[in-house]
Amino acid sequence: MKLEIVIAGFGGQGIIKAGLIVGSAASLFTGLNACFVRSYGPEARGGACKAEVIISDEEIDYPKIEKPDVLVAMSQEGYEKYVEKVKEKGLIILDPDLVEPFKPGRIYKVPATRIAEKLGKKIVANVVMIGALTPLIKVLKPEDVENSLVRNVPPGTEKLNLKAFREGYEYGKISLKQKEPVRRINC
Amino acid sequence: MRRDVLTGEYFTEGDIACAEGAIAAGCRFFAGYPITPSSELAEHMAARLPEVDGVFIQMEDELGSMAAVIGASWAGVKSMTATSGPGFSLMQENIGLAIMTETPCVIVNIMRGGPSTGQPTKSGQQDVMQAKWGSHGDYEIIAVCPSTVQEMFDLTIEAFNLSEIYRVPVIVLGDEILGHLTEKLVIPQPEEIEIVERRKPPIKEGYSWFKFNPASIPAMASFGEGFKVYATGLTHDETGHPDMSPETQTKLVKYLCDKVRKNADRIVKYKEIMLDDAEIAIITYGSPVRSALSAVKRARKEGIKVGLLKLSIVWPFPEKIVKKVSEEVDTVVVLEMNYGQILREVQRVAGLERVKFLPKFGEDLHKPGEVLELVRRCKK
Repeated sequence: MKLEIVIAGFGGQGIIKAGLIVGSAASLFTGLNACFVRSYGPEARGGACKAEVIISDEEIDYPKIEKPDVLVAMSQEGYEKYVEKVKEKGLIILDPDLVEPFKPGRIYKVPATRIAEKLGKKIVANVVMIGALTPLIKVLKPEDVENSLVRNVPPGTEKLNLKAFREGYEYGKISLKQKEPVRRINC
Repeated sequence: MRRDVLTGEYFTEGDIACAEGAIAAGCRFFAGYPITPSSELAEHMAARLPEVDGVFIQMEDELGSMAAVIGASWAGVKSMTATSGPGFSLMQENIGLAIMTETPCVIVNIMRGGPSTGQPTKSGQQDVMQAKWGSHGDYEIIAVCPSTVQEMFDLTIEAFNLSEIYRVPVIVLGDEILGHLTEKLVIPQPEEIEIVERRKPPIKEGYSWFKFNPASIPAMASFGEGFKVYATGLTHDETGHPDMSPETQTKLVKYLCDKVRKNADRIVKYKEIMLDDAEIAIITYGSPVRSALSAVKRARKEGIKVGLLKLSIVWPFPEKIVKKVSEEVDTVVVLEMNYGQILREVQRVAGLERVKFLPKFGEDLHKPGEVLELVRRCKK
C-alpha cells in the first residue's frame, strides 16, 4: 500500500499543518511509514501553498510526489496546478466554495470553510478537511488522526479542533455512502 | 525529567533532528546568523539550548559566528553553527583557524543552490568541494552526509564525536530537501547514545598541547581551568607558540593532514546495498540516495543487476570501498545535485571510462524514473 496525497491551497489556510497532522497520524499512531514535504519560500501568507504526504507500509525512498492518488484542493489555483497530475482513478476532494472543478473524476465536495465558519472559526477549515479526508482515504483510523491533531495544535485549541475534525469526519462518511461524484451539498 | 535527550518518537523535519542530535551529543553553544534553509535549526537551538543551560547567540554575521564557535570550544564547551550558501563562504576563513588550532566544532551546511545568492529556497549539493577546500592552506576535514531525518540526528552525533576524537572541525552536509523533509525520528535512551567527551590533559608544565603525531592526538586544554595554553593561527611548534621554520611548517601541515588521512579507515562510513552480484553500481550521498534506492528497487524487478554504494561520510573520501566496488562492476553511476564534484573523486579512483554521471540542478531531486532510465541504458 502506498498513498500519495497532495494538499493545495493558499498560505494561511493551514495547508502545511494539515499535511503535518495527516503524516504524523500515519507515522506515530497508525504504525505506517510517512513522509511530508511542504512548499517553502516567500508564500507564507496569501500565495500558493502545498503539502505532500506519502503514506506507505513499506519504506519510503523518494520523498516527492509525481502522480498523487489524492488531491485535496482548497484554492482554485491549487486545483488547476495539480489536477492534471492526479492518477486516473485518483480522488479529488475540494471545497466547492473555493474551487470550481472542470475535470470529471472521483470528486468529493466538502464545504470545509463553510462548516468551519458555522463552528465559529474559519481557521479550522483545514481540520474539517482532514476530518473528511480520513474516511475517504480509508488507511487511517479516526482516533489516530485525533491523537495526532491534539499533538500538533496549539494548547487550548484542542476542543475546537476535535469538534472540527468530527464534523468533517461525519461529512466524509456520508459522502462516501453517496454515489460518486457528489453533486449536492447538504450542509 | 532530562531535557538533553528527548527520548521518544517524533514526526519532525531534518533541521530539527539535527539540532536535537547536537544537544544529545552534548552541544551547549550555538552561534549563528539565520539563513534559509537552515534557519529552523537556529530557531530550534534558540528555544532548546536555554533548557539545558546552554547558550545561543545570534551573531552579527557568519564570520563572527564561526569565531564565537571556536572561542566557546576553547572554553571547554561543545559548540556548533549552522548556515547555508553565502554563509558557508563567509565562514571559510575561520574554519581554517579551527583547523590550525585543532578546535573541535561542528558546522552544519544545509546546502542550497548557488553560486552567490542563487536559490535560497531550493536544494543543491554544490558545496561539497568547498567543504573540503574552502579555506586556504593544506588541510583535511571530515564531512558527514545524512540522507534521512533519522540520519540528521545520528550523523550529527557522529560529527561531534569525530570532532572530539580528531580535534578537527566536522561539516554536516545536509541540503534543503532533507532540512525540510518531515519523517519519523526516534530518539533513543541516553544510555544507548555513544558520546565522546572532551579529553582533559593533566595540569602540568611542559605538556605538549600540539603533539604532531597522528596516532596520538593530544587532549585539549580549556582556558580558565588553570592550564597555561597558547593557541594561534600562525604556524606553531608543539608548545603552540609561533615558529616560522620550514621544518615546523612541514611537520605541522603533514600532521594536520595525516591525522585524518591516516585514520581514514576508521573514519569513513558507507552502506553497500544490493551490490553482491551487481554489474552496475550507483554511488551517491545525501538526498539523492533516496532516488537511487527507489531506482535500484525498480531496476531489480526488471532483472537489472544494479546496487548502491551510499556514502555517509564523503571527506575523507572513502577511496578503498569506491575502488573495490568499481572494480567489481562494469559501470559506475554517480548522482549529485551539482554539475560534477564527488564525480571527480570517483573518476580519480575508478577511472574516467566506466563512470557515468547524472547531474541535477534546481528544485528537484533526481526522479527515480530518470535514474532508472540511465541504469537501463548502462545495461545495453
